[in-house]
Amino acid sequence: MSRNQLALAGNIDYLSILDENGNLDSVLEPDISASQHKTMFRAMLLGRLFDERMLALQRQGRIGTFPPIKGQEAAQIGTTATLLTSDWFVPSFRETAAEIMRGRTLDTVLLYYNGYNEGTFLDPSLKNLPISVPVASQILHAVGLGLAANYRNTGEVVMTFFGDGATSEGDFHEGLNCAAVYQTPVIFICQNNQWAISLPLASQTHSKTLAQKALAYGMPGIQVDGNDILAVYVAAQEAVDRARQGGGPTFIECVTYRVMMHTTADDPGKYRSENEVEKWIERDPLPRYSNYLLEKDIFTRQSLDELEGQIQKEIQGAIEKAEEYMKNPVDPLNMFNHLYAELPPHLQNQKKALEKEGTKWTKGKDHG
Amino acid sequence: MAKMTMVQALNLALKQEMEKDDSIVLLGQDIGPDGGVFRVTDHLINKFGKERVIDTPLAEASIIGMSIGMAIHGLKPVCEIQFSGFSYQNFHQLENHAARMRWRTQGRLTVPMVMRAPYGGGVRALEHHSESREAYWAHTPGLKTVIPSGPRKARALLVSAIRDPDPVIFYEAKALYRAFREEVPEEEETWPIGKSNVARPGTDLTIITYGAMLQPALKAADKLSDEDGIESEIIDLLTLSPFDDSLMIDSVKKTGRALVIHEAPRSFGPGAEIVSRLMEDAFYYLEAPIQRVTGFDVIIPYFSREKYYLPGIQRIITAAHNVLQA
Repeated sequence: MSRNQLALAGNIDYLSILDENGNLDSVLEPDISASQHKTMFRAMLLGRLFDERMLALQRQGRIGTFPPIKGQEAAQIGTTATLLTSDWFVPSFRETAAEIMRGRTLDTVLLYYNGYNEGTFLDPSLKNLPISVPVASQILHAVGLGLAANYRNTGEVVMTFFGDGATSEGDFHEGLNCAAVYQTPVIFICQNNQWAISLPLASQTHSKTLAQKALAYGMPGIQVDGNDILAVYVAAQEAVDRARQGGGPTFIECVTYRVMMHTTADDPGKYRSENEVEKWIERDPLPRYSNYLLEKDIFTRQSLDELEGQIQKEIQGAIEKAEEYMKNPVDPLNMFNHLYAELPPHLQNQKKALEKEGTKWTKGKDHG
Repeated sequence: MAKMTMVQALNLALKQEMEKDDSIVLLGQDIGPDGGVFRVTDHLINKFGKERVIDTPLAEASIIGMSIGMAIHGLKPVCEIQFSGFSYQNFHQLENHAARMRWRTQGRLTVPMVMRAPYGGGVRALEHHSESREAYWAHTPGLKTVIPSGPRKARALLVSAIRDPDPVIFYEAKALYRAFREEVPEEEETWPIGKSNVARPGTDLTIITYGAMLQPALKAADKLSDEDGIESEIIDLLTLSPFDDSLMIDSVKKTGRALVIHEAPRSFGPGAEIVSRLMEDAFYYLEAPIQRVTGFDVIIPYFSREKYYLPGIQRIITAAHNVLQA
């Protein structure tokens, strides 16, 4: 009989390569091509500018409630940049930049946040799942995709996103457990943005890190500076390589910050200080990355300005496209589409009944 | 008496009951400093402290599961599930445990708790935020399901729900939260669970409804009266389970005609039970087939189309004429 300390496999690294003051760890600096850097920066800037524009549209009543992503661009682009088109992407609901990186068009985002079911349209060539609003529920779908990829031996990897709040849900724990048990090629990206609506991380978990939860399930975990795109990229690339080689899942905690409100219906003034927000704005991932790219001569001030102009044009084009679409009267019968492969008879009757009301649809608020 | 929104009336009920009974604790997401996303628990944490107003981690099953334990211990948890669309993540705790703890311990252990949750459409919300799935709970033996139709009833019913010895699902129509104000007395007022109400007296037709749908029903009834001299009697059910069918049966015996309205999907919805009870106990008094005006059997569409999904005045009037002409 004895009492000995058990040697548990694994420990948790914290990875930071480029800090907010521009200090670079050149040993850890990844070898990324200039064109890949340009792709990544463009995606981050697009994510930022589109987010800011959506907030303005929301305040003008031109779109409905939406969850801003500002400040989380590095965590979304450094990760998705490591995926192949043939890999799977399983988002939560605060990954607009990542979704666009993965091929979602801006006008569908605008339609979605204007309450149009058409906004969920995804090009059939994309291996993306739609956004998932019930927190953490999508994590298990990612594990299932990974199981299927193993079964079919496709070599695909799966990347799923969620926030710090999701780590309290049962589906998160079940997902990590199953992923490790079956050694599925899944990369779990936790965007720890410190706040789940009004609940700060310290009230969400008593763990020192979220990354350490990976150890309990028997998979590698790492915590990275989520506002440092180089660190995010390195951690994600390691995880993707491991998964693709049959090494199973990885959990990556990206330490970042929700600079804006939870959604535009939320008022953070009720529960957190501006002081705290200011401190995180100083750690903004965008200037950090653009300064690095200027230093490396990948961009010049002028080419950055040109890029911004180009992106603003693209955003304007998407807004015009969405608003043009919305000028047409909505087709109420759309609600019967895609519920089943084949519309059952009782629903065909309900659809006909709605269609018969068509003459009254033009005016007034109350259409029922 | 003060004029209050439903949010303020619910806040008053919580505050007054918590003052009277220190066994009442609140659990939920963002119910502390944030006051709940709809502000129903606003300022309660300042008054009662974080031991009684518990901001939980983001986990619905934790909220309901822990409440079951607290209730067994003798406390009275009043939980807020942020949107009823997220309550499926705690479904198993209600179905497997809260609903049957009394039954499966032969009365030894009981679970007096309340799950409050906003339900229903009409506020241009994101997906999963507009469903009307009260039938799940009303279908579950061991649970009680209450759905108030305005500020005064909401306050009185929440007090009764908190004092009830069994688990109560308390659905709050988010379309009603700030839609209008009603006089709500400062002094204690309760409304019995399992008791419906005649919201409008009438002689020609009985309209049976509850929750957010009472408002379009009342407006349609006024229009029918003004334009066609038709006097509808409206029965506001207030509780779906246990279901008080006495007023509606009496009313249909008088009018001979009935119309049922709910925003929940039609098939196997609350209307099916309502119509069955009428068939069982008022069949020989009916002069026309009963009609239903309900949501369609589809997922409630995103908000650009929700007004076509939700029953409104026009559909109610058309159906009323159909029932009257049959």
